[in-house]
Amino acid sequence: MPPDLLSAALIIARKDLAIEFRTRSAFFSVVVFSLLAIAIFYFAFDPTAVSSADLAPGVLWVTFAFGGLLGLHRSFGVEQAEGAMDALLSSPIPRESIFLGKAAANLVFVLAVQAIAIPGVVLFYNVGGGMVWLTIAGVTILAAIGMVAVGTLFSSVVVNTRLAELLLPLLALPFFVPIVTSAAQATLQLLSGHGATPAANWLKLLAAYDLVFVAACTWIYPHSLDA
Amino acid sequence: MTSPAKPAPLTAPRIRTPALDPLLTLGVVAFIAALVRAAFFTPPDAAQGMAQKILYIHAPSAFTALYLACGLVFICSGLWLWLKDERLDRMADASAEVGLAFMTVVLITGPLWGRPIWGAFWTWDAKLTSSLFLWFVLLGYQILRGAVEEPQARARFSAVLGILAGCLVPFIHLSVYLFRTLHPMPVVLKPSAPSMPNEMLVSFVFSMSAITLLFAGLLRARYRLATDRAELEHLEARR
Repeated sequence: MPPDLLSAALIIARKDLAIEFRTRSAFFSVVVFSLLAIAIFYFAFDPTAVSSADLAPGVLWVTFAFGGLLGLHRSFGVEQAEGAMDALLSSPIPRESIFLGKAAANLVFVLAVQAIAIPGVVLFYNVGGGMVWLTIAGVTILAAIGMVAVGTLFSSVVVNTRLAELLLPLLALPFFVPIVTSAAQATLQLLSGHGATPAANWLKLLAAYDLVFVAACTWIYPHSLDA
Repeated sequence: MTSPAKPAPLTAPRIRTPALDPLLTLGVVAFIAALVRAAFFTPPDAAQGMAQKILYIHAPSAFTALYLACGLVFICSGLWLWLKDERLDRMADASAEVGLAFMTVVLITGPLWGRPIWGAFWTWDAKLTSSLFLWFVLLGYQILRGAVEEPQARARFSAVLGILAGCLVPFIHLSVYLFRTLHPMPVVLKPSAPSMPNEMLVSFVFSMSAITLLFAGLLRARYRLATDRAELEHLEARR
């Protein structure tokens, strides 16, 4: 009996994560990229004009968007070799599972990168906050869900175009705008000690974005494939 | 020894477009008339002076690009997924490109007004930001279409982008309410009665209709171009 939607998605996600875990090439590249970007941003601003704590949320979420793009491109890129994608498509699983599995693996990937990038920002930008970072971890999960939904879908589209990886940021970044804005504003509100109330509206926007785009991208993915 | 059989000669497609496209000509003439009326036969604004006159181009262009062009891209993309009719793909292509042109007009006229009134060409206000990113999405749509050779795949991918872009617009609009906005609130298209003197309102409605007509003319011309291109692709594939 062929596996159902979610268990098939789990198989795909485990496959992708196993490949990534054994090679670790993309993970380390993206982690190093993120740390470098965080460091470079610090020197791109005048620290006497803007306090580094005010800079931190913006730097964190811009790095998140760009680092995510680097990792997301590999998602369907690895399936290009030796007709792996055709094998995946001819397997007896719903096509939505391929998308959900890939997106789940990307979510783990992006969150693992953030688990190193966030302490990097705390360290380099000397921001306090203490327990607030637990709430920010929640913001990260919300932001990452929306980002991998859109990013995974566009990754599957661009591998079939002439421009391939050049096209991904072009298509995906406008879609990341609400995510980066909401996450950065929520982080700023939380870090400046205004409490959870001002951040709540931004979090609602993030949650709504996740709902809409996870549903839309899962539904539309099979339509992006050759019938 | 026999020479290989020559393929059947290719016939040039019949030229259907007349030298002067009547709808497009009407649109251009109406647009010029609307400009003349707005510039010379409408009183300037009491507070903003002559700068306010840019409203007659800016707001109708924004309406056309945002609601007509982007709406058409969204609807045609959705219908394409369902019906798989290549005419829908051409319509989406045409409205995205004409929409990009009108969005460019919005982004050029806005700063021209902003400089004397706000004292800056650009501010990172919610409406400006969302227009800019919508412009980027439309630009990305064109680049995506250019990067796919196979017509079926091109139609599929652009329909996917068209639908997702439609889902993105409400989120960009929501940021209007979350960010504090500098942009003037709507004076004509709002739930209560338009807060504008009658003379200005007539000019506004006139330029609104003229720009909508211009949009229709350009859309039809661009749609025909897409049809001709598809025909050319068929012919080249046969060669």
